[in-house]
Amino acid sequence: MMRLLFSDVSAGTRALLLVLAIALFAAPFFVGDYLLTILILIFYFAYTGQAWNVLTGFTGYLSLGHAIYVGLGAYTTAALYVHFGIGPWVGLPTAVLICAACGAIMGFLAFRFGVGGVYFAILTIAFCEFTRIGFDHLKWVGGSGGLFLPVANYAHNDLWNLRGSPTMFYYVMLIAAIVALALCRIMMRTRIGYYWLAIREDEQAAQALGIDTFRYKMLAVVISAAMTSFAGMFFAFYYNNLFPEQTLNIARSIEITLGPFIGGVGTLIGPIVGAFVLTGLSETLNEVLALLGIQTPGAKQVFYGFALLFVIVLMPHGIWPPLAKRLGLDKPTGRRAAKGAQR
Amino acid sequence: MTALLEVHALSKSFRGLRAVQDASFDVGAGEIFAIIGPNGAGKTTLFNMIAGAFAPTSGTITFCGERIDGLAADAICRRGIGRTFQIVRPFPALTVVENVMVGALLKERQAALAERKADEVLRQLDLYERRDVRAASLTLPDRKRLEVARALATEPKLLLLDEVMAGLRPTETDRMVEVLKAINRSGLTILLIEHVMRAVMALAQQVLVLHHGAVIAQGDPAAVVRDPAVIKSYLGTEMAG
Repeated sequence: MMRLLFSDVSAGTRALLLVLAIALFAAPFFVGDYLLTILILIFYFAYTGQAWNVLTGFTGYLSLGHAIYVGLGAYTTAALYVHFGIGPWVGLPTAVLICAACGAIMGFLAFRFGVGGVYFAILTIAFCEFTRIGFDHLKWVGGSGGLFLPVANYAHNDLWNLRGSPTMFYYVMLIAAIVALALCRIMMRTRIGYYWLAIREDEQAAQALGIDTFRYKMLAVVISAAMTSFAGMFFAFYYNNLFPEQTLNIARSIEITLGPFIGGVGTLIGPIVGAFVLTGLSETLNEVLALLGIQTPGAKQVFYGFALLFVIVLMPHGIWPPLAKRLGLDKPTGRRAAKGAQR
Repeated sequence: MTALLEVHALSKSFRGLRAVQDASFDVGAGEIFAIIGPNGAGKTTLFNMIAGAFAPTSGTITFCGERIDGLAADAICRRGIGRTFQIVRPFPALTVVENVMVGALLKERQAALAERKADEVLRQLDLYERRDVRAASLTLPDRKRLEVARALATEPKLLLLDEVMAGLRPTETDRMVEVLKAINRSGLTILLIEHVMRAVMALAQQVLVLHHGAVIAQGDPAAVVRDPAVIKSYLGTEMAG
């Protein structure tokens, strides 16, 4: 497994990654609470972007409704906790199953009946909207009034119940983002990843090479949904309140896509770069505006708009591909990895 | 010789248009079998039915003693039929070697082994030098070669080639003929659609001529090109001289 992860990473890059990892793990000791919450947000978007990328970046099916998996994951784990006292980690498998099943139902409908392109995107929006409206009326989880997790001042970090300080949440999200990156990298260097890319590039040609395209598309949507459910659990226990109008709002779905779009759709590093750039810059903007005493509620959205416009015009493939080229890191995927494995 | 592929009374209609009518022929194991005919004769339609791109209206296709008509393209590929597309369909964002690896992964489940297999096939088709180039930047002759390489990497028993010589220069055609002969010698049966008669005459042991969807002649290439019906409908009088 380590070979799949690191075989074509040069010694210099490995050293850099190590320094970066140490810096990130040491960050809570050096940065204030405010900066830490921003870092949490960054890794949250790096994680969801990575999960979304599996379906859209690798397999080529645009999802504009990934908030559904965040929402289902959040509501499942939160409801189990509130109603039955079941801890988040114990509830997580249930959330994963529900999200995977939801992804499977949508995938089946889309892929069985050949729904592709913009129509697929609309289907994902429709699923998310139905769910949002459904949860508005689902009294068991508070309906439109919201579902609240008990909040108290915790003297110590309770990782088992995800109750505690931002530092604990930071580590949870950081590790999750790293695991998601590693998982995606491994998938991209094995059969499933090559098959996804083939489907993205030319589905008919992929089928002619013996690929059961239906099966691999189903795997993509299910894995992507299952991964996203974890972000939902985190969302619920980090924010402690869930409202259908917020958690399942289409704006949440769009937010998930922005990181990868800015960083580079279909790349492994793109979602992370995008999350840093977008969240980092928009929070900086907020701070600057606050310092100047300007009250502009829509500033963040306007900033997102300009950032997208800027990237689409100047870097249509996102920030990472040209950056990787400049850094000499744009070696074709899998190539040298396979060579390494032969030795 | 036992037949590897048996096509019996195969027909395909697109609404009113009968693209292929009642075509029957056998392809023996180890043969190179060519299908020729004028544009619109139904060659590619016939091909697409064998490869599973669409189901026949009537008739049967039997491969290795098993009925395959109506199966999906991927299921047919897994049974041992590899195909190329007349209008090439590379995976443009992937490199040449990755394109071929996708084919090789059918039999070699590990990426490393699939890559080794892909390199082998690329050498065979003189594409090894270009292995790390993105397929989008290949020239048309190279894309044609890539089509063959990708299909070959699935280790088929029968290779379907749809006009892989079209657009190649005569020297390139001769090279491709040599490559295909070598592949055939290693035991692979080849069924090809071809307009380039130079290649057909050099390669094929059997020729089938389609015209308006119907088989008008079949047999030894030298005999077929002298057939008056074939000359009239396809080759023209000059070729016969």
